[in-house]
Amino acid sequence: MEMETETETETETETKSQKPFHVDVGNLLAFNPFHNFPSLPASRDELVKECLQEGTKLVQSVADSLFNLPSTEDVDGPLVKLPTPTTKLPREKHLPKPKPPTKWEEFAKKKGIKNRKKDKVVWDEQTGTWKRRFGYDCANDDKDIPIIEAKMTDEPGVDPFAKRQDDKKKRVEKQEKNRLQNLKQAAKIGALPSHVQLAATSLPITGTQAPPKKVTKDVLGNVAGMAATSTASGGKFDRKLPGEKPAKKKGKHRKFLPVVEGSGIGSQEKEQTENVLNKLISKHSHEILNVGKAVTMYNVKKEKKARNKRNQEGKLSSATNKLKPKKQLHKKTGKKGPGSSKKGKAT
Amino acid sequence: MMKIKTPRSGRVRRALEKRAPKLVETGKKTLILQGTKTSGTLNEVLSEIYHLKKGGAVRFTRKNDNIRPFESGGETSLEFFSLKTDCSIFVYGSHSKKRPNNLVLGRMYDHHVYDLVEVGVENFKSIESFTYDKKMAPRVGSKPFVAFVGEGFENVDELKHLKEVLLDLLRGEVVENINLAGLDRAYVCTAISSNKVYLTHCALRLKKSGSVVPRMELVEVGPSMDLVVRRHRLPNEGLRKEAMKTAKDQPKKKIKNVSSDAIEGTIGKIYIPDQKVGDVALPNKAKGVKRERREAKKKEANERASKKQKEESE
Repeated sequence: MEMETETETETETETKSQKPFHVDVGNLLAFNPFHNFPSLPASRDELVKECLQEGTKLVQSVADSLFNLPSTEDVDGPLVKLPTPTTKLPREKHLPKPKPPTKWEEFAKKKGIKNRKKDKVVWDEQTGTWKRRFGYDCANDDKDIPIIEAKMTDEPGVDPFAKRQDDKKKRVEKQEKNRLQNLKQAAKIGALPSHVQLAATSLPITGTQAPPKKVTKDVLGNVAGMAATSTASGGKFDRKLPGEKPAKKKGKHRKFLPVVEGSGIGSQEKEQTENVLNKLISKHSHEILNVGKAVTMYNVKKEKKARNKRNQEGKLSSATNKLKPKKQLHKKTGKKGPGSSKKGKAT
Repeated sequence: MMKIKTPRSGRVRRALEKRAPKLVETGKKTLILQGTKTSGTLNEVLSEIYHLKKGGAVRFTRKNDNIRPFESGGETSLEFFSLKTDCSIFVYGSHSKKRPNNLVLGRMYDHHVYDLVEVGVENFKSIESFTYDKKMAPRVGSKPFVAFVGEGFENVDELKHLKEVLLDLLRGEVVENINLAGLDRAYVCTAISSNKVYLTHCALRLKKSGSVVPRMELVEVGPSMDLVVRRHRLPNEGLRKEAMKTAKDQPKKKIKNVSSDAIEGTIGKIYIPDQKVGDVALPNKAKGVKRERREAKKKEANERASKKQKEESE
């Protein structure tokens, strides 16, 4: 058997009846493009048998090249380094773009600044011990400075300790801003690191800076439905976007009475007509007039009259005149009572 | 106003990094789901495919009536699932009168549908119907041999596409090192006719032979079915080109007229343009011209020279 054991390219084994198979060892794949069924075998079993035979030949050819690769002994068995697969298959995700250099990196490259290896612990002058570089109980922390000597350039009335803290805060904020800018630049070219997400906390400025209120899914759906049906033809002939669901409530909401009606409690139609007639004839007129409210209004009016009489004996009448227009308004609404309630009920 | 959101725990960070796009990709995860109606055979097919790909597959058991892979609007749900489960191949089963026992095998690129192949399943035999020695049953997650037989896979467009999709579906993880003792399964796909493929899953038995290479024996173990190709959709040319790009494919900028030789090193070629002999200006000597003309030319040259002298002196 003549065989070429190559690592990168396809191997063609010219073993079986001088017909080459396409073998891709990296994928453990073998393809026989020369076989065909001149006539389909009569029974299923024969077909299966022939398929298995051909399959065996192909698998054998792959195994030939596979077992001849250099192998290392492992605990479970011989370990073999597979060559790269030759059949090209499409990727599942796009190629990752390399990270663009940050502003500091560009500057450092230009100036020739090299990164220096830093120690984990630093000598702290104050306590005379080795403390960590940053974090809890770090060396040269702002909190631990007992005395700050005043300089000639210091303004009186400025707290130097607070000033140091503010300076540090500003530095941290500046660093955060720079980091955000670097990430935005990376996001612009599509090379954002996988664990970072840039989230917009608020919409671009259109008025107040208040963040928009969170709207629920049903409210949005209702609004969308209303917008969709607000065309001249009720949104019937509008082209729908892919994935858009049909409107939930089509047309005007109408409530119909059941076709088969019962009697007694179930006679909704009787009740309906009764209500309408009663409103028209005002049979139960006390339902239209709010008796309690009318009584309190009358009582209040009477009390105020009595009070005014008492006040008039002591005070000028001008004070009471001021109250009069308001009283008249109340009176007006009282008269309008039956009319307004009718408006509400007749639908 | 932008806010940087980073995960607070290492577990989440590691999970996100697993899902990030890589330069060299290891196998794709498979999503197995079904449509509104499925038949008994189809249910078995789907669950057995899931068992074959246990390590890298996700199975959804509910019915999804809004997924229609071949329609333009019916893919949004699929893409959403693919994004959430990080699966790039899907197997969607459905059953209808027009398309009985229908399987749609599809692939995704960047969680958008890349290509689709629709096949019908016929003559399905499940794992339980095969009798074999249980000791040689293939183990979950082992790398299989894949064998394609038939000229149909070379000539017929649809079968070529199906071959690619089946390879992607069946091959499992892409690994560098493999333990030869762990090879125990093989898939055999035979093109029976121009639209039918017989797919079967076999266990391998390695028998002693004279040389290092053992003799292979295939024993039918797992499900076997006939796949009838119904429809297929190839990817757009542009999308295909982008998906087939690999890291090494960056075109090397060729420097013109430079070549390297093993002995002499780098060799360069210089091209000199042709000399236009006819257009070159001849000197004033004019030896080929008759005497009178020669003398006249000389006089002219002298006069010019004297004129120049005069100008210079002035």
